[in-house]
Amino acid sequence: MSSTAKQRMLARAARDITPGMTVNLGIGLPTQVMAHVGADCPVCLHSENGIAGVGGLAAPGHEDRNLIDAGGGYITCAPGGSFFDSAVSFALVRGGRLDLTLLGAFEVAANGDLANWIIPGKSAAGVGGAIELAQKARRVGVLTSHTDKHGNPKILERCTLPLTAVGCVNRIYTDMAVCDVQPDGLHLVELAEGVTLAEVRAATGAPLIVPAGPIPTF
Amino acid sequence: MPLLDKSTDLAEAIGRIGDGARIMIGGFGVPGTPFTLIAELVRHGPKNLTIIKNDANEPGMGVDWLLGAGMVSRLITSHVGLNGNAVRMMNAGEIEVEFVAQGILAERIRTAGAGLKGFVSDIGIGTLLAEGKQRVEMDGATYLIEPALEADFALVHAARADTFGNLAYAATARNFNPLMAMAANCTIAEAEVIVGTGGIDPDMVHTPAPFVDHLVALPEKLMEVYGVVHR
Repeated sequence: MSSTAKQRMLARAARDITPGMTVNLGIGLPTQVMAHVGADCPVCLHSENGIAGVGGLAAPGHEDRNLIDAGGGYITCAPGGSFFDSAVSFALVRGGRLDLTLLGAFEVAANGDLANWIIPGKSAAGVGGAIELAQKARRVGVLTSHTDKHGNPKILERCTLPLTAVGCVNRIYTDMAVCDVQPDGLHLVELAEGVTLAEVRAATGAPLIVPAGPIPTF
Repeated sequence: MPLLDKSTDLAEAIGRIGDGARIMIGGFGVPGTPFTLIAELVRHGPKNLTIIKNDANEPGMGVDWLLGAGMVSRLITSHVGLNGNAVRMMNAGEIEVEFVAQGILAERIRTAGAGLKGFVSDIGIGTLLAEGKQRVEMDGATYLIEPALEADFALVHAARADTFGNLAYAATARNFNPLMAMAANCTIAEAEVIVGTGGIDPDMVHTPAPFVDHLVALPEKLMEVYGVVHR
């Protein structure tokens, strides 16, 4: 994924973060969406290690040793932010107070299944908070490169890897497209600038339902 | 009515932990990890421990000291991704690792601390993590029974304490500490600052002192490992 395509994907995902939302950004790519949310947009960022109201990344030299996000990055607390224990943090998640979470993926399926925590025999370092975020956030977005490093599709008809959660994904943001999971299948919503429909079809492992008329670009 | 002074010596506090103990350790990454208590535990050297902690810290830190000393037989955790040593030992069969979804781990600990036996949840239904769990039908759907998670000891880190053992945490160093402090038979707290009773506003107490058994004062100059990590 080129740097331009990645920045475009991050900026596109950030546009779905709207005023008043409480949002959790997963470790890795999703955390980088934070930089694309407007500084004046009133959004409450939650991190599962126990903060609602992340201000942003701490400036080098001004880190607080007690203030990190769930990925271990040093952050600041916005005015109005709060700290709490891990049980309260996940009560917030499971209790339906999270409007949106953005997560990474190993595989995501046209039926909304998500696999992002274990590759048997290769990577099994634990599930962290992913299951509860995926299963209980009111809306789940996945950020991922459209294909893996070998060019194989990451969007499939059905996941082959063990699932994080069943049927949880609403929207998929990639370097090539934005797709929505609907009851009748996977809908192509937008194309990345310079990417053709044929290219997206070829890189996707599931049938795409394409809107009539011109496809918006991002 | 005066309240008991629970201050104790580090070696005496940790010296009561024996072979085969189940030990909860607070912290999420570096913040809230009781490094001084862990370092003393390594010096004391009990074996065959079950460690319950959100993560395995990073190489050269905290839980990694226990792993390196061969003291751990079982780890109950939500992820160990930042510690390659833990991953290697797990894959080599040198330690047994039980992965628990992070919020379920927290709630299982909280439940034990609240004197309950478990709770009912739909988290992980349809995934590997639901396998082998007891199921129950409620309101026409299937749920999982999540058993409470108890321990012999909890090691926790507080920013401030009073001599009676009321604790207050700083920022995201709170994490699992107040839950674990409630869930163990014996809770040992280390604190950066210890004041006399009355020195903490009762409204500002995060862990009430009846949950705390022993209190260890940290030196004014903390070990480097408590500081900001430059990766």
